[in-house]
Amino acid sequence: MFRNVLGKTFRFLGYTVQYGCIAHCAFEYLGGIVVCSGPSMEPTIQNSDIVFSENLSRHLYCIRKGDIVIVKSPNDPKSNICKRVIGLEGDKVCTSNPSDFLKSHSYVPKGHVWLEGDNLRNSTDSRCYGPVPYGLIRGRICFKVSLMLS
Amino acid sequence: MAQAQGFGRRYIKAFLKGFFVAIPVTVTFLDRVACVARVEGASMQPSLNPGGRQASDVVLLNHWSIRNYDVQRGDIVSLVSPRNPEQKIIKRVIALEGDIIKTIGYKKKYVKIPHGHIWVEGDHHGHSFDSNAFGPVSLGLLHARATHILWPPQRWQKLQSMLPPERKPLQREQE
Repeated sequence: MFRNVLGKTFRFLGYTVQYGCIAHCAFEYLGGIVVCSGPSMEPTIQNSDIVFSENLSRHLYCIRKGDIVIVKSPNDPKSNICKRVIGLEGDKVCTSNPSDFLKSHSYVPKGHVWLEGDNLRNSTDSRCYGPVPYGLIRGRICFKVSLMLS
Repeated sequence: MAQAQGFGRRYIKAFLKGFFVAIPVTVTFLDRVACVARVEGASMQPSLNPGGRQASDVVLLNHWSIRNYDVQRGDIVSLVSPRNPEQKIIKRVIALEGDIIKTIGYKKKYVKIPHGHIWVEGDHHGHSFDSNAFGPVSLGLLHARATHILWPPQRWQKLQSMLPPERKPLQREQE
């Protein structure tokens, strides 16, 4: 009786570990559903939109200019941010605010990317914390899941 | 004829079981728990690779201990290189966020480490591509902590988390 319960517990743990590992591999190397919050990517992505992010591009190093990416926050590694890639390494980017009279430019250093939100007026991005290392990129957003509510 | 069919079906079943069980579990273990890596270069001499190219050390990298980004000053860690994301570098943590340190050859003489960043240096100053070249690194680039040297057998040891006394921060962040 006790052995039966023990056997069932071990089998349950075994299945949990197995499905947990499959879930980790799927999210790490293929992709997953992500919920975005915040106004910095409006109108492309609204607050609490559900998007699908594919995580294969970052392993193959084929993130392009104009992609929307999910990145680990440079100042807080436990949170993620969602922005658009404006410049890759070597590109010339404008670092000044749109309201400034004198524009300043700089080049994105090697191994880094320049991120900006689509809602430029309400977005803390590379204009605030500088170029972001490529190694912090988690995945690339490929499409938005829109739910039809009747 | 029926026996051959039975063998074929068992083979397919064993193959699928292996594919969906062994591979994900192994990959998750190597990504999340621990893995092994060979150290190349002279930037961490004399702690790692004292023999140069003849005998490279093999170290045990522990991912699990840094899952909450909990590093201490003096730990030897591996991180994704900020200049080249395809490469991992192994260095010692010298300062955590909020510390003020004196740099060796950086563009600013005194640096206060920003929030969410750390300062890493190789033990072999002058032969090391570290924070003195690229500045503070984000904690998100942290890959693993090196805990033991596994090979060569005569160098089998636990790596000590030791901060060189001359590299202590000038001011620590008050907890």
